[in-house]
Amino acid sequence: MGCKRREFLKIAGLSTLAGLAGSASFELLRPGELEAAGRYTTDEKGLEGERWALVIDMRKCAEVRNCTKCMDACHEIHNVPDFRNPDGTKNTKDEIKWIWKEPFHNAFPEQESEYLQEELEHLPFMVLCNHCKNPPCVRVCPTQATFKREKDGVVMMDYHRCIGCRFCMAGCPYGSRSFNFRDPRLALDPHKINKEYPTRAMGVVEKCTFCDERLAVGQIPRCVEVCEERALIFGDLEDPHSSVRELLREHYTIRRKPELGTEPSVFYIV
Amino acid sequence: MNNHGKITIVVGLIVFVVLAASPFWLNVGKTAPVPEPELTPKAKKAGECVESKDYMKTSHMQLLNDWRDAAVREDLRVYENSKGKHYHISLQNTCLDCHSNKDKFCDKCHDYVGVGQVYCWDCHLESKEKQLWAAKEENF
Repeated sequence: MGCKRREFLKIAGLSTLAGLAGSASFELLRPGELEAAGRYTTDEKGLEGERWALVIDMRKCAEVRNCTKCMDACHEIHNVPDFRNPDGTKNTKDEIKWIWKEPFHNAFPEQESEYLQEELEHLPFMVLCNHCKNPPCVRVCPTQATFKREKDGVVMMDYHRCIGCRFCMAGCPYGSRSFNFRDPRLALDPHKINKEYPTRAMGVVEKCTFCDERLAVGQIPRCVEVCEERALIFGDLEDPHSSVRELLREHYTIRRKPELGTEPSVFYIV
Repeated sequence: MNNHGKITIVVGLIVFVVLAASPFWLNVGKTAPVPEPELTPKAKKAGECVESKDYMKTSHMQLLNDWRDAAVREDLRVYENSKGKHYHISLQNTCLDCHSNKDKFCDKCHDYVGVGQVYCWDCHLESKEKQLWAAKEENF
């Protein structure tokens, strides 16, 4: 046995060379990574706009009292849970809402008046995510789970990324965001669920996304579609000939908390 | 060293080898069979997934990630595969349309290799959802 220093170094050097060559040949002989030459495109039918907006004509909305069609339709197709208290009343703590009713003094607190027009005082305003041009929720989101789509201005939610920190809920001045304190599936009927749309998981924030999944295949938002009074009108704010721009030209409209500079894309004709 | 010492060492070695190799002895002949994911008749009829079988085997997780980001973040919801065929990007409506047997397709391998805890199904609905929910409502 025994090995002289010189011999040891020779063997060590040769083994290193062999090792290097071996790994190199392994790389050469190994079949290359399988690559999929797939391409990603949009649907031809998809709606195109630069800044989607909604005009809500409260005069038409007021024609039918106690109507909940838009809310029901939206919450139904998006699997929004309806949490109830044991006595059957609405559980407002765990409530998830995408589009809902709010009295004038809550929707437009800065326009409060000591002697408000009686009709407005009792009119429930339909409120939802305003898809702001300048969304504060997006600014505060640490993971970019909520982001503004550059192409059409929709403020989107990527539930895969949401860590449930709720900064966005603090940032949103409109209360348009709901947190899933509990597993939403507990309050969803498995028989009535829309199987083409996911639910959310406990611990994420959710909100209206202007029906991004419908816009992508050429359909208008569900709330707009189901409103028989045509009180909700959807269109492109950047297109001067769009239906929303026409309405805005002809009517005096208000927006929620415009003084904050968020530039909401939801307008109200009162 | 006397004979006694040598015997002690040899016995010690034998005991060590037997103990160290015991997992092999104990499990000999009990190998868990490599799972074969089952295809639904619809998947069989389609012949091929959105990409080749080899690609899907090795890279379906990467494809699913790319699909997710494309659809949610880029709003690109159509996938044109390497053969030019178009697919609507959706886990729930495209993947699960053929692979509607999650427990016999996805779960089989995922459980075998110990990556069964994917959280896709916390939100995305699988076809057997009704049964799962029945169990959940009991807890509620």
